[in-house]
Amino acid sequence: MNPEFHHRQSAHCESGVTANLLSHHGLPCSEAMAFGVGAGLFFAYVPFIKLNFLPLTTYRIGPGGIFKKATKRLGITVRQQTFRNPEEAENALDRLLDAGRPVGAQTGVFWLPYFPPAYRFHFNGHNLVVIGKEGDEYLISDPIFEETVLCPKADLRKARFAKGALAPKGKLYYVECMPEQFDLPKAVEGAILEVCRSMLSTPLPLVGVRGIHYLARQLTKWPDKLGDRKTLLRLGHIIRMQEEIGTGGAGFRFIYAAFLQEAAEVLGNDKLFELSGVCTELGDLWRDFALLAARVCKGRAAMGDSFQELASLLHTCATHEETLFTELRSAVAR
Amino acid sequence: MRKEDVPQEGGWTGGCREVNYAVDDRGRYLLEPSLGWGPKNVALSQAWEEIREQLIVIIAEVKAGKSSPLAYHMVSRQMDPSLLSQYSGVARWRVKRHLKPTVFAKLSDEALTPYSGLFGISAGELRTVPSEPPPPPAEDAPSEGDAP
Repeated sequence: MNPEFHHRQSAHCESGVTANLLSHHGLPCSEAMAFGVGAGLFFAYVPFIKLNFLPLTTYRIGPGGIFKKATKRLGITVRQQTFRNPEEAENALDRLLDAGRPVGAQTGVFWLPYFPPAYRFHFNGHNLVVIGKEGDEYLISDPIFEETVLCPKADLRKARFAKGALAPKGKLYYVECMPEQFDLPKAVEGAILEVCRSMLSTPLPLVGVRGIHYLARQLTKWPDKLGDRKTLLRLGHIIRMQEEIGTGGAGFRFIYAAFLQEAAEVLGNDKLFELSGVCTELGDLWRDFALLAARVCKGRAAMGDSFQELASLLHTCATHEETLFTELRSAVAR
Repeated sequence: MRKEDVPQEGGWTGGCREVNYAVDDRGRYLLEPSLGWGPKNVALSQAWEEIREQLIVIIAEVKAGKSSPLAYHMVSRQMDPSLLSQYSGVARWRVKRHLKPTVFAKLSDEALTPYSGLFGISAGELRTVPSEPPPPPAEDAPSEGDAP
């Protein structure tokens, strides 16, 4: 039991988990800061990886990446474990809890009974912090929720061993040791440059700015290639990846803009505050895309023209992202 | 997004009041609770509607003797043969065979344990399908934070 663990609700699961764990271990940290230092912002359209049988579109780096990158940049020693055997995985969790350690875990949302039924799809990248055990239930700080929640042992076991894409394999992670002091400015700078690099110069056509252009080009081909029903399902899926619970809205562009404001203070760099505004506009553009896409899904806009318009909105997003990250890179690099 | 533009449109909040990042009058970011947004509701209800339509087709197939009841229970948990195989530990080719009504009818309770255990239902329940699929999760009133 960990009565002193301070649960804070956040917009996105993993950055919330990271911020809450770091704060618990003595480094006061906002969710936006955890997301930024964890270089969480990303884009990729990966048609050959399927999530709920539909192509993966992601606006963030893979599960576990934010915690790993943020702690590494700050020089924090962490441990991470995956398991083959569910029983072993449960024992390991119990031992850590007995030692008074809050433990991060990757889970599949489908098996978490405290989630609203409407959100229970097979999505295996959900992060939460287990903070205690009461009889046959675990006490959980799930950053998406306002309060801590209880989850029966058997359900958490299923969630930790969810199968399919992004299978968590019982993954646990926790802070082992905090350094004497942190070099926050250096971490912030490095993390910003990393995001600029992945968005601007990843050599894969599916990633970053090029990935957005690629999705835009593909999108216009869907109606002829897939027929109306499948096309609309794919479009709806993109909205869900961009807007559904745990994205912080607008595919993480707002949360990143919030980070840039904090970064401006940490680095004493006013240019970053200005670029935060550009990032906010970018988030608004993504929301316009979601709005139009939803109208198409509801049949309130004609298919043919709308797909051209959707594609051109995506191209605009891509161009804006390119401008933002190019300027960001020159604002931070010296 | 400005603070006053944070959507409060209700719908599929499901007891989960989210927080959104938005800017105040001075352009400073803050966290603001949101009670649902239209486009998100559209995408969610579309996903549930799709599952429901698949189930309607499968129920008809089960009645016509073209699919086994296992197909219904699989799809109602948003699984395909490959995912069901990973969860149940039954080889995929065998899962696919069990989707055939003639093969399924011959299976003993014991042979069904991997499935019934996974779904948390009895072998008897596994052999039956409802006459119509369950309604999708209800949209709730935006004013209430009722956890399921």
